[in-house]
Amino acid sequence: MNAMNPVTADNGVNVAALLGAREALEQAPQAARFDWRASCQWVRGTHTRTQVGDFFGLGGEQQRKASFTFETDHPEVFAAEDQGATPVEMVLAGLGGCLVAGVASVAQMRGIQLRSVTARIEGSMDIRGILGMDGSVRNGFDDVRVTFDIDADASRADIEALVAQSQKRSAVFDILANPVNVSVQVR
Amino acid sequence: MRTTALIIGAGHAGLAMSRCLAERSIDHLVVERGAIANSWKTERWDSLRLLTPNWQSRLPGLPMRATDVVDRDGFRSMPETVALIEHYARIIAAPVRTGVHVTRVHTYGGGYRAETDAGPITTRCVVLATGACARPNIPASAAGIPPGIRTLSTAAYRNPDQLEPGGVLVVGASASGIQIADELQRSGRPVTLAVGEHIRAPRTYRGRDVQWWLDGSGIQDERIEAQDDPERARGVPSLQLAGTPDGRMLDLNALTAIGVRLVGRLVGVRDGVAQFSGSLRNCAAMSDLKMNRLLDRLDAWAETNGFGEMLGPPERYPATHIERAPALQLDLGCGAIRTVIWATGYRPDHRCIDLPVFDRSGRIRHTGGIVDAPGLYLMGMPFMRRRKSTLIDGAGPDARELAAHLHALLDRQSRDRIRPARAAAPHSGFPTFPF
Repeated sequence: MNAMNPVTADNGVNVAALLGAREALEQAPQAARFDWRASCQWVRGTHTRTQVGDFFGLGGEQQRKASFTFETDHPEVFAAEDQGATPVEMVLAGLGGCLVAGVASVAQMRGIQLRSVTARIEGSMDIRGILGMDGSVRNGFDDVRVTFDIDADASRADIEALVAQSQKRSAVFDILANPVNVSVQVR
Repeated sequence: MRTTALIIGAGHAGLAMSRCLAERSIDHLVVERGAIANSWKTERWDSLRLLTPNWQSRLPGLPMRATDVVDRDGFRSMPETVALIEHYARIIAAPVRTGVHVTRVHTYGGGYRAETDAGPITTRCVVLATGACARPNIPASAAGIPPGIRTLSTAAYRNPDQLEPGGVLVVGASASGIQIADELQRSGRPVTLAVGEHIRAPRTYRGRDVQWWLDGSGIQDERIEAQDDPERARGVPSLQLAGTPDGRMLDLNALTAIGVRLVGRLVGVRDGVAQFSGSLRNCAAMSDLKMNRLLDRLDAWAETNGFGEMLGPPERYPATHIERAPALQLDLGCGAIRTVIWATGYRPDHRCIDLPVFDRSGRIRHTGGIVDAPGLYLMGMPFMRRRKSTLIDGAGPDARELAAHLHALLDRQSRDRIRPARAAAPHSGFPTFPF
């Protein structure tokens, strides 16, 4: 079993705050509704610039100290100017960010001290889908693989359990693994 | 009609409570909508056997001889289970009225009144013993199943002959789902099994039944108060077990070996196409990890308690095999699937309770079966007081404790009735009672 010493392990995750939030939301479940937003502007070619800043949650509008900007484009083999990551790489970044953060949080909860965590995320696709060459080929990933390298004060089984629990509680893993309704409108 | 305690439901849980109230000479009545052991009789499939061995069907006041007759380590069929519960009702002389349907329970005077199709029954206390498996839990995605496909819940499923030939989608891979998938695949109907979170366990381990281990090591007796997350503990699905006389392990690998096709949790049906989660691999990995943790714990218990010599060597099982790319979709319109079976669990049916005791998700709020309406009790809920609360073996200890609580409540109510005003006054000279 795990060491269960959340006090001595320090992965920089504020577990008390997370547990507190869980308790508070038990009393006020409507505050658990969050709306995340991003605003994306076309620059030129396939180059875009996306900003994320405010969001809605805990019953009200939430402001950040600063907004974040992400450039996306496509690499030169797509005859583009490669001004940023491809959007599908942003999805991989989202999955990696979510799973690694999850590993840190679960490790903190379980009192496991992490020394290093690296995740390599790969997604495969057949681009005949996006090029409209074959209707039977899907546009997106047909396979996503994540490989973790974790150095921690824990047995291999405990580390595997961290990674499993991180997937179980991951928003991006869920978004990728399960369907969601997407509605797109023009104003 | 008038009674002190009304028990609704004459299954093992209601009868165990009847016995414990009788031991305390508390006047009571057991009402049952159908016959004794109704759910076992009418809502279970033909080949089902108890998931617990015969020796484990222990009930208060039931001599071991009766539970032991044929085969200590065998698993009772449904007719045998019904016979056991009928026998139990007889030997404890439970005051059962069968064929009485309770339509509404509401407050009345200082207690409750149950409206029934045999007239009203007023009572001081009510024990809801209608079980945790009263209604099948069918997911919302069922609405999207195309009309040409037959859908059945595990409560309505009886045997393979009930189904037309052709493929079957079994949704859910806990105890019911894996057993039905096994039986249908062997009947020649190709089965696709949608697998979400599940708990893998060997039937026999180191030569002993898994229930011998869970019972002996005290895991079945673990209390709800001792759980870090009681909500999660109560939501854990049933172990992937079958009451197989040959003691074989019925896990996902066994199903894959006979040709069952595994897919992820059913997440929806869109335009007649069933969609499955891509999380199957993680569900299988989590289940393997949990099983190995359990086996580590059992080994440690055996070692500490000197059982090692009497048992076979520790075993570990191959990881659950998941094919490289499990299907994410299944076209339900193309004729390959003729039947969908919902093995997605059950929930209790407490719709007749007209009292403000329900939480946001429609479940009765309770602490170990004690509902926060004085004199109202539950029996047989998942992990209600201890892990085995839903087992036949769990009914006795739970009933004994709740009967004690009920008895104390009646005592306090009597005292309050005799001297209501003075009892509350400070320094009245009366001793303070613990209840």
